[in-house]
Amino acid sequence: MKSEQQYIELYGEISNLIKQKSCDVMNKVRDAAFASFEKVGFPSKKVERYKYTDVDAYFAPNYGVSFNTLEVKPSKYIFRLAESPIDLSAYYNTIADNNDGITALNTAIAHDALVIYVPRNTKAEDPIQVDNWLRGNTSTMVNRRVLVILEQGAEATIIMNDHAEDKQRFLTTQVMEIFCKDNSHLDIYEIEETTPLCSRFSNVYINVERDCTVKHNSITLYNGQTRNLCDVVLKGENSEVTLNGCAIAGGSQRIDNNTLIDHRVPNCTSNELYKYVVDDKSVGAFAGKILVEKDAQKTVSHETNSNLCASADARMFTQPMLEIYADDVKCAHGSTVGVMDETALFYMRQRGVPEEEARMLLKNAFMGQVIDQIQLQPLRDKLFVKVEKRFRGELEKCDDCRLCK
Amino acid sequence: MSEQNQFVREVAEKKYEFGFTTDVQTEIIDKGLNEDVIRTISAKKGEPDWLLEFRLEAYRYWLTQEQPTWGHLTLPEIDYQAISYYADPTKKSADGEKKELDPELVKTFDKLGIPLEERLALSGMAVDAVMDSVSVKTTFKEKLAEKNIIFCSISEAVKEYPDLVRQYLGSVVPYRDNYFAALNSAVFSDGSFVYIPQGTRCPMELSTYFRINARNTGQFERTLIICDEGSYVSYLEGCTAPMRDENQLHAAIVEIVVLDNAEVKYSTVQNWYPGDENGKGGVLNLVTKRGHLRGVNSKLSWTQVETGSAITWKYPSCILQGDNSQAEFYSVAVTNNHQVADTGTKMIHIGKNTRSTIISKGISAGKSQNSYRGLVKVGTKADGARNYSSCDSLLLGSECGAHTFPYMDIHNNTATVEHEATTSKINEDQLFYCNQRGISTEEAVGLIVNGYAKDVINKLPMEFAVEAQKLLSVSLEGTVG
Repeated sequence: MKSEQQYIELYGEISNLIKQKSCDVMNKVRDAAFASFEKVGFPSKKVERYKYTDVDAYFAPNYGVSFNTLEVKPSKYIFRLAESPIDLSAYYNTIADNNDGITALNTAIAHDALVIYVPRNTKAEDPIQVDNWLRGNTSTMVNRRVLVILEQGAEATIIMNDHAEDKQRFLTTQVMEIFCKDNSHLDIYEIEETTPLCSRFSNVYINVERDCTVKHNSITLYNGQTRNLCDVVLKGENSEVTLNGCAIAGGSQRIDNNTLIDHRVPNCTSNELYKYVVDDKSVGAFAGKILVEKDAQKTVSHETNSNLCASADARMFTQPMLEIYADDVKCAHGSTVGVMDETALFYMRQRGVPEEEARMLLKNAFMGQVIDQIQLQPLRDKLFVKVEKRFRGELEKCDDCRLCK
Repeated sequence: MSEQNQFVREVAEKKYEFGFTTDVQTEIIDKGLNEDVIRTISAKKGEPDWLLEFRLEAYRYWLTQEQPTWGHLTLPEIDYQAISYYADPTKKSADGEKKELDPELVKTFDKLGIPLEERLALSGMAVDAVMDSVSVKTTFKEKLAEKNIIFCSISEAVKEYPDLVRQYLGSVVPYRDNYFAALNSAVFSDGSFVYIPQGTRCPMELSTYFRINARNTGQFERTLIICDEGSYVSYLEGCTAPMRDENQLHAAIVEIVVLDNAEVKYSTVQNWYPGDENGKGGVLNLVTKRGHLRGVNSKLSWTQVETGSAITWKYPSCILQGDNSQAEFYSVAVTNNHQVADTGTKMIHIGKNTRSTIISKGISAGKSQNSYRGLVKVGTKADGARNYSSCDSLLLGSECGAHTFPYMDIHNNTATVEHEATTSKINEDQLFYCNQRGISTEEAVGLIVNGYAKDVINKLPMEFAVEAQKLLSVSLEGTVG
């Protein structure tokens, strides 16, 4: 309980300003969220779900807070919450858990939110791409808020890219609330490609109703410190949820993914696959819980977490959990931490593949399993290239984005 | 559904076989816990000053701690002042030294199937029988002494082998380890002490039988096993308690030290009173068990069959310090009615080329909750460490829960760690197959469960395996889900 104080003071100073810039839907819940933040503070490492990340340390430095208004090109499905044509108070901040200090802080400070709204029985033909650019002349804190609503029978593919432009320290908090109504289909990708100076705290809450398919893909290619939380609640029968994760860490990067899939109703399926490659002095952490509540009979759930420790100083923490209160279920989880297959290495070297190259091929193939799950062909191809580049250490400067060209 | 209810009722009504009490004159000290009580216990046992000091330090540390809440269970509020910390059912003769064996006690242990007369005993098993706070009798002591093996109660060891006890006591589980370890270190009463000298293979199974008898007492067993270079021992532990409406506390510490090339096999069949069908009463089994594999090529194997206790909170662990050391953990945990078990293991790899295996089988029935919680930690210097864990849970009934909380902390890139877990109910096809061949559903469940637990039961010494198998079918009788 150290670094909270500066945020509490900050809120005292600027809350009126935020309220002016913001809209009613957001202002309505602001003070309550702040009160909750004051009460709980940042989660310490003693909180089970924050065991592997020292939140306090990342929030301690003095950041300038960015209040730039969102640049949103007018489009069919995307708009700012402040300019929303429909009343979203039935959605905003209804599933985000404000007992989590980071979510509460975000709810208190975020002055605008991005809304992706796909109306009833509509299919968003093209993937919706959201690019988040972190730019600034000084250390900056960004509080991003996203609301995704898929009405009944809606379908969408969303790609969220995170980039950092300037060599500055950036601290991002993101709270994303996703509502999937009956028979909707969502495929969402979060791709992070920032710099070692960036810290990211992302809390994603997904509400799934009946007959939905939801795929959430979290891909961390390059970062500083990342903490992703993803909570999925299955509220309607016959839905299927897939969580995929790919994390590549080198240097002294840290990647901490924490997921919870809560099966509240019968006949749902969930699949989870997270893969990590940790190199140099990096730290990877994965904690995934599958919770099958009492009435959620006929649940089928698979959770897999595989990790490759590529250097002597890399650390990996993994914690795949099952909590099951229903008897007619099939749940399994598996987790491995291992080294590269020596025989495969030998095989390649025998055939003249240099050792470095052979190792890279193996790492690539290891990650390939997650990338293969991506259904969007162009993105999949692009990620295959990016992953390879990442392993070659060439990703620091990307060459396909408009700023670098 | 109605059929199922009937089965559930049947099992609920099933009597706990060992729930009788023994009417024996027991010397119980006043309830409550303070420094004077600890001094009294220490004085009663005629302990040296260093041990009293050890107890007091532990007690002072305990006072600063709070009861842990991280387990997947709700511990009832334990009133530590309402428990008597010392109960002695043995009679003392006039000189206050030599103990006579009360015929009632002999009868009790006979009834439990633990004969204290050596001629009646199964050959090849030496028994240390502990009732409440005191070791009643240790059999075959002389025969073991021929091989220089020390097997006695820990109170006796403190008097006769103070150097050994002082060297090793608290070296594996320090009193600061956790709340209950601190409590135990302050008030521990009796348990067994085993020392196997260099290059000796213990010719018989050593066994301790724990029995809680007196009302409103807690049992604080303390066991210390030291296996010197190149030696081997197989040690068994069994326990029962009478049926009581109030919870009884059992907070134990077991410490095992394994030196170079030595091997210890530790088996437990835990059958404390689990409480009645409404979850009333039962033993709170809060245990810290740990083995320290100090030597190279040392080996430790934990096998446990957990069928009793209202609450089980137990993680037999291994510190694999010696290079090439090996550890194994085999567990079957059965919970029924309102029982709660949060059990598992810790494998801490420190030495090079250390290997560990974890096989855990959970079976939950009734309204019980059964959790596996385990840690596999590979330190930076543990090159070539290898772990394989497999945790399966079987659910019999729609009101019970099965949970898995594995933790893996890997700090070495040459380690290979694998974990897998499954949770399911009994396969309908297998049941149908049995039914088709004229085997009743109940028997079929018994068969399937026994087959499921076989991997673990097979690791038990023969006499125990038979008992464990029986226990398993009794614990689960009628819980067809």
